[in-house]
Amino acid sequence: MRLSQIFATIAVVITGCILLYGVSDFPGFGDPHSPANAGVPGSESVSQYFITESYGDTKVPNLVTSVLADYRGYDTMFETVVIFAAGMAIFAILGAVGGGGQPREQSEEPFFVNGDHSRIIVGTTCRLLVPVIQLFALYVIGHGHYSPGGGFQGGVILAASFIIIALSSNLNAALRRLSEANYLRIACIGILIYAGFGVLCQVLEGNFLDYGLLQPVLLTDGPEMARSHSMLGVEIGVAFTVTAIMFAIYANLSSRGTLRDGL
Amino acid sequence: MAEFFQQSFHAHFNFWIYVILMMIGLWALIAKNNLIKKLIGMSIFQTAIILFYVSLGVKAGATIPILDPYGNKEQAAAYAEESDPAKGKNEKKGTEEKGDSSYVGKKSPNPDIMANPLPHVLMLTAIVVGVATLGVALSIAQMIFKEFGSLEEDEILEIVKGGNVDD
Repeated sequence: MRLSQIFATIAVVITGCILLYGVSDFPGFGDPHSPANAGVPGSESVSQYFITESYGDTKVPNLVTSVLADYRGYDTMFETVVIFAAGMAIFAILGAVGGGGQPREQSEEPFFVNGDHSRIIVGTTCRLLVPVIQLFALYVIGHGHYSPGGGFQGGVILAASFIIIALSSNLNAALRRLSEANYLRIACIGILIYAGFGVLCQVLEGNFLDYGLLQPVLLTDGPEMARSHSMLGVEIGVAFTVTAIMFAIYANLSSRGTLRDGL
Repeated sequence: MAEFFQQSFHAHFNFWIYVILMMIGLWALIAKNNLIKKLIGMSIFQTAIILFYVSLGVKAGATIPILDPYGNKEQAAAYAEESDPAKGKNEKKGTEEKGDSSYVGKKSPNPDIMANPLPHVLMLTAIVVGVATLGVALSIAQMIFKEFGSLEEDEILEIVKGGNVDD
């Protein structure tokens, strides 16, 4: 064991002991009246408000979605921007040396390669699975209000379907369906959709991302339903960006930025 | 000592696991020589924090924080128990809404029957952002490998130092 590892072990053990000592002051596991769940006397936890009032405010049964896209909409918007920025960073780090822009001569390998039986099984399975996965992803995005789901989860599932295409055949097969220009475009459009909802509220003389004001635009029954529909729009924006960037991360990492051959 | 251990561990085993996972990650970040192993440590560290947040929001016997539009019997009973029927009718506009959803028209759900939604929201974004930042880290590692032909920290340091002498 090297000297640095011994010091690291000492530091980690001391930190761990301090944290474990602090743990004994924490509320018990599953305690519904812990400060995080119920607040302290005299000051109710904000999560209590979310559970009791958010359906009345937004008409969205999935409380996680309503908190994510409405109460914490500003936060979620910049989380999406972080993902976008991460995608751009990977593009800048790896793409700079990749020599992209040149035409890719390599032809797409078919799903079925004669004589390679493992390829036939994998290719057929993936070809059957991919449409189902994509349909499920769209369901998760669109049904995020009523069931577990939303833009982030659905976007990742949708990106996974493209990654499966790339894994079962090769990267070109996936890039033919979602090309580099297109995923960059989709990533930008996603952010613009999200920010657009915010700006639209400002145009209607309200606060940024105050969806209730969109009632005259969306022609809904009341400001609550306007919030509900705006959340769907915002989630779709998130899904666009997440899908594009997750696939971009895979495509760039697996081909060292060249977007050729892949794994 | 044994008494402390039993008392602390029994009620707080989720926090114990979080601390242990976090320390494994921290140790890997400090002590490991290989950059990819450091990144694995970072991911373990991140997972520990996600576990910490999610386990904070757990309520014993509570369900997921989604109101059931198709009428969950237990939930409906809990609402009925909580809400004062005479008061509940006038308070919310929900009474006028069409549809017989179990929660429409009821005063409000009892917070104790649903898990805390806030940690779920925070961790939902943290997981996806974690994947994206891990991607950035891996791409930097790839470039380092391309530049130095190694992912071992000491070898890279040697090359960097040697290169300075040459210049």
